[in-house]
Amino acid sequence: MTEHSSELSTPGAGAAPVAARPAGSEVTLPERFENPGLAPHRDRVADRDPAAARGAARRIALLFGVSMLGSIGFVVAYVAAPSDGTVTGVRNSTLYLGIALFLAMFGIGAAAVQWARTLMSDREIVEARHPQRTSDADRAAAIEVLRQGAADSAIGRRGVLKGALLSALALAPLTVAVPLVGEVGGTWNVNAFRHTLWKKGTRLTLDPSGRPIKAEDVVEGSIVHVIPDKLRDSEHWIEEKAKAVVLMTRIDPAVLKEAPDRAGWSYEGIVAYSKICTHVGCPVALYEAQTHHLLCPCHQSTFDIADGAKVVFGPANRALPQLPITVDDEGYLVAQSDFTEPIGPSYWERLK
Amino acid sequence: MSRTASGAAATADYLDQRTGVGLVVKNFARKVFPDHWSFLLGEIALYSFVVLLLTGIFLTLFFVPSMGQVTYEGPFAPLQGQEMSEAFASTLHLSFEVTGGLLMRQIHHWAALLFIASIVTHMLRVFFTGAFRKPREINWLVGFTMMLLGLAAGFSGYSLPDDVLSGNGLRITDGVVKSIPIIGSYLSHFIFGGEFPGEAIIPRLFTVHILLVPGLILALVALHLFLVVVHKHTHYARPGRTERNVVGPPFFPVYLAKAGGFFFVVFGVLALMGATMTINPVWNYGPYDPSPVSAGAQPDWYMLFLEGALRLMPGQGTEWVIGGYTLSLNVLIPAVVVPGLLFTVLALYPFIEAYVTGDRREHHIAERPRNNPVRTAVGVGTLTAFVILVLAGSNDIIATHFGLSINDITNTYRALIIVAPPLAFWATKRICLGLQRKDRELVLHGHETGRIVRFASGEYTEVHRPLDEFERWPLVAHEGRRPVELLPAEDERGVRRRGYRRDAVRARLSRAFYADRVDPVTPAELAAAQSHGEHDAVAAVESRHPGELPVGSHVVDDAVPPTEAVGKHVADEPEVRLS
Repeated sequence: MTEHSSELSTPGAGAAPVAARPAGSEVTLPERFENPGLAPHRDRVADRDPAAARGAARRIALLFGVSMLGSIGFVVAYVAAPSDGTVTGVRNSTLYLGIALFLAMFGIGAAAVQWARTLMSDREIVEARHPQRTSDADRAAAIEVLRQGAADSAIGRRGVLKGALLSALALAPLTVAVPLVGEVGGTWNVNAFRHTLWKKGTRLTLDPSGRPIKAEDVVEGSIVHVIPDKLRDSEHWIEEKAKAVVLMTRIDPAVLKEAPDRAGWSYEGIVAYSKICTHVGCPVALYEAQTHHLLCPCHQSTFDIADGAKVVFGPANRALPQLPITVDDEGYLVAQSDFTEPIGPSYWERLK
Repeated sequence: MSRTASGAAATADYLDQRTGVGLVVKNFARKVFPDHWSFLLGEIALYSFVVLLLTGIFLTLFFVPSMGQVTYEGPFAPLQGQEMSEAFASTLHLSFEVTGGLLMRQIHHWAALLFIASIVTHMLRVFFTGAFRKPREINWLVGFTMMLLGLAAGFSGYSLPDDVLSGNGLRITDGVVKSIPIIGSYLSHFIFGGEFPGEAIIPRLFTVHILLVPGLILALVALHLFLVVVHKHTHYARPGRTERNVVGPPFFPVYLAKAGGFFFVVFGVLALMGATMTINPVWNYGPYDPSPVSAGAQPDWYMLFLEGALRLMPGQGTEWVIGGYTLSLNVLIPAVVVPGLLFTVLALYPFIEAYVTGDRREHHIAERPRNNPVRTAVGVGTLTAFVILVLAGSNDIIATHFGLSINDITNTYRALIIVAPPLAFWATKRICLGLQRKDRELVLHGHETGRIVRFASGEYTEVHRPLDEFERWPLVAHEGRRPVELLPAEDERGVRRRGYRRDAVRARLSRAFYADRVDPVTPAELAAAQSHGEHDAVAAVESRHPGELPVGSHVVDDAVPPTEAVGKHVADEPEVRLS
């Protein structure tokens, strides 16, 4: 492996052809410059001066010493400043342990690198490379081996076996794949996306306390985070909450624009929209009362709450779905029905 | 023989009799490893992976990968009594109650960021120096796959604590997955085991994060290093380095000390980061709940370009309904098509370049980026797009820190993502060509010495010191490339040649690659430049080699007509005369 390449010219042999050429001679110049070969080795200080080498060795030993101190310091810190659960205690413990660990590791690393750089020989070794390709003879031998193996197996003469082997191999993965695919998606009920917990008469309640909301409690300019009543009673309440969360606010009826087919979906200027962004499903959360704009903090889709939650900026394409609301006999806000369209981001069969 | 030495000899003998390890030692102990700072990038990736394994094992002993709900009763007061998943509660436990736990968590997270950063910079080094060329194309693909696995590891790990930030990250993933035509909804169920978020995702991600992905990465690391040994490392065109040799210090002891020591350096620096820089303080975010979200939240850096692409894509008019089925291009294009295209081109680039240049030779000398202007420009153009997307992914932070309108920033980036990459491509190519001309200039005329000499005639001029052969070699070692020649459409008998059109496309691509070029100085050019001053010599040379001498004619570049270059060299004459 370490055969030294002989193709290299010795240093100086490929000296500038130009300088050596006397003016007016008939020498033809090569197309390209020649590789001059390795540059002559330059001794480092420690190569020439034993005192400097001794100094370097002392410094390296010192760095190893730093590492030892770090390791011991780590154990000391572990015993003396354990994590006690308080924020200050955890911070100090992390700091002491971490700095000790730094010293323990960095000391070894710095010492080893310094050792290599100052004291170990820096003379470079030259190894020859060989083309990756095998020689023609070896290739022919390899092909011959394969040919013999194929002949021994008789696969060429027995087409039925070849077909049977491939078919069996192709079918075998089904044993793993079928139960995996069958079970991994749970119920595989992709229609579950379409419906939420909201239905006619479900009270709008505060998130997270679950307290029902009276219409007069909703004031202009402030946003109310809403979940359906009895959310926590449902078996998969987190999945249901992920679909059913609603934002509600009151808008001055003078500026509130309502589409004719949505007349009666609001109550005295109180509007309720799905909180799940129609872009990729983040909860929409930042409300600017002045402009009635609702901003999704994830990708900045902006919806106009005073105008059907239409998109005014950003990557979302559709308005936030509106929850039709009214009040019940006791004056609490209730839903008139579920959302009339699937909430959240678009998907292939959403409109089917 | 000392006691330890005889002990070592006995052990070696024992092993060798049973494994034949002696041959391996003989062949590999002094294996040559070329030395260059840019070769350390891959090492950083490897070492941060080792740190990830070490700290990760620690974390698995305390983390509980469950979405079962518990009520927190630990020492962190603000969250006491709150409902949360066991995953989040155990993250709090190992952060606050396990001594060294938070340190391990923070080292683990920093190491993950460094892991991907070093993979990406290592890949950039390999790209810009052409170290992916034959025979290393397969190893490029191995490395590329490891980068994807690194992203998968980062993403799956980020989501494990089940805090509000990572939960919203998963929700975005769910939204992106659902946008995929036909199978989107089913893919979402596949991932979450039902509807989002379900109770399966954390345990599933845990298995992916601690078994599947690291196992694959480990296997590929072995393959990657095996191929490095098979191919031997590339080296730069310094004196003595050729395509047929490899030059550097031996593995034992120099490389072992440097590389082994460097592992401890990387570990030490990561420990210092984990000790002093807070990362992902999940106790501030709180446990996942589908309703709240925090503003100004950024994913880890390697996901920012996807986040930025999602933010930049205009939503209006980009959701199509075809036959009742919904196609969300506003999500598909930035989150699926753009990264898909980027990664496909990245994976296939070695094969694309080999096809365009028609180069089928082995290459072991890493190129200087300037000597391949189009490749370098493609790389910088792509990087520019990447950086713009990263910035776009931070547009809310930029808006709040600089008091700018988020809409203006977004619109600016929308324009920049179209305009800036081609501009960067053009500028980089010009800069590369300029640097190559600078190299020519240096080779032809040497260093300025600052010594001004006055002639008897009163003329002043500066003395130039010519380069010695060792200094010159890196500047002239590369070969001047030519576009592939297009054979005529018809052969000598006037029959239309098959495959002419395919060849024509390739010739056009090849011209785009190599039409603008600056060839390295040839010995003849240097001879001419050095003898310019001696009028007799130059006349003599000119009369004998009329074809060899016009110095500037090798600069075949549309932007700098040959005459300009010639004029320049003529003007330079007196400098050389005095050297």
